[in-house]
Amino acid sequence: MPGRRGLLGGLAAAALAAGRAEAMTAERGTGDLGLVVERASGSVQIVETTGRSALGRITGLGDLSHASAVFSRDGRYAFVFGRDGGLNKIDLLQGELNRRVLQAGNSIGGAISDDGRLVAVGNYEPGGVRVFDSVTLEPVEDIPAAYGPEGAARSKVVGLADIPGRGFAFSLYDADEVWTVALPEGGAPEIRRFRDAGRQPYDGFVTPDGRHYIAGLFGEDGLTRIDLWHPERGVQRVLPGYGRGEEPLPVFKMPHLRGWAVAGEQVFLPAIGRHELLVADRWDWTERGRVAVHGQPVFAVARPDGRQVWVNFAHPRNDVVQVVDTESLSVVHAFTLGRGVMHLEFTPRGEQAWISVRDINRVEVFDTRSLARIASLPAESPSGILLTARAGRIGF
Amino acid sequence: MATLLLAGTARAEVPPERQAELRRLLLHDCGSCHGLTMRGGLGKPLLPETLAGRSDEALAEVILQGVRGTPMPPWREELSAEEARWMVQTLRQGVSHAR
Repeated sequence: MPGRRGLLGGLAAAALAAGRAEAMTAERGTGDLGLVVERASGSVQIVETTGRSALGRITGLGDLSHASAVFSRDGRYAFVFGRDGGLNKIDLLQGELNRRVLQAGNSIGGAISDDGRLVAVGNYEPGGVRVFDSVTLEPVEDIPAAYGPEGAARSKVVGLADIPGRGFAFSLYDADEVWTVALPEGGAPEIRRFRDAGRQPYDGFVTPDGRHYIAGLFGEDGLTRIDLWHPERGVQRVLPGYGRGEEPLPVFKMPHLRGWAVAGEQVFLPAIGRHELLVADRWDWTERGRVAVHGQPVFAVARPDGRQVWVNFAHPRNDVVQVVDTESLSVVHAFTLGRGVMHLEFTPRGEQAWISVRDINRVEVFDTRSLARIASLPAESPSGILLTARAGRIGF
Repeated sequence: MATLLLAGTARAEVPPERQAELRRLLLHDCGSCHGLTMRGGLGKPLLPETLAGRSDEALAEVILQGVRGTPMPPWREELSAEEARWMVQTLRQGVSHAR
């Protein structure tokens, strides 16, 4: 539904160029919209990737350190998950906060079900997953991540992702487990536990076809794979012992995993405590190679056509983005952008890369063929950049 | 706020321009695990009340050496002992003072 009232109804229009505001009073779709999270100020900007401009800012969203978002299936609403347990529903067309609930004390991210009806949030405190109606944000289900003797302990939940069948998969950081849950309409939740899933899973993702759930492990060299077509096969390891017994470097920032790791026939995965990307075969999950990179990778994101993977890095080497060619497995370009490169997101066809640079308070936009900078937008300590094209993808 | 510090604890000496860098490190890099408001995340809360009862020196040692078996890395390559003590004292005042 296009919005008639215009996006800038109640926004901080003073921060915007006047011409843009006028352009946004017309009816429009949402396919080229997105959010930029301003982590320190508890706000998000709504941006559009056609004219490459900011349309407005929404404030009062709480603690947005490590904030992420998912989108309603029509691309109109964004669900922004704050660190403080806030679940914010933003109307991209009206440019306003539609609803907000404080659903836990401490959260890490969320997901939306394949039918678009359920929004799930992964919580550190209290450890577990809470599920909400995507229209009203009324609670639907509470799934405590209970483990240990008599289930007395509650684990922090990480790596929450949607899976086909009105379900979600997630990892239990403290319990070394992966769980899947299906939430049939009107029925009881169907939970499946995978024990001994690897030490200290720190994040997880679902492959873009929805078949495999992969958890990255902090406490051991390797990743965990679960075949969602064949859960009875249990937990399988990916790239076990990739560190070859060498002492890992101190990790100053945890990597992040999502379906963007898959580029064509290969999967590109950050090595923990190493200046390396690990490359696995998409189908048999064996190692295909490694790419030596500038620092410890945080995000390794495939351009949608799979020909390149763009990588940013952990503190203190977080001023650089490298471009890896996926055929030669070599670094073909590097940008030095300023301290605190936090995130990068491609437009759905991959012609633009949007990159947030925290300490210079800019979002830089690059043409991915010429590698020229084509726009630079002011933003307050920007972190996550999330475009509405995620609405149509499994695991985003 | 110096009155909030434990009696007998000497204030860490850090030049003002370095303090600005350390505040940024505290909010954004420590904050990426402990939360921008230090209420915790993958890492523990670092609120004044959660730090009470442990000395500046003991907590500075945690910062410098890290905690083995957890994601808490050692910061000794980046911080001097005096700077780590300054971080602890800043946390004791509450992070709103670090903004």
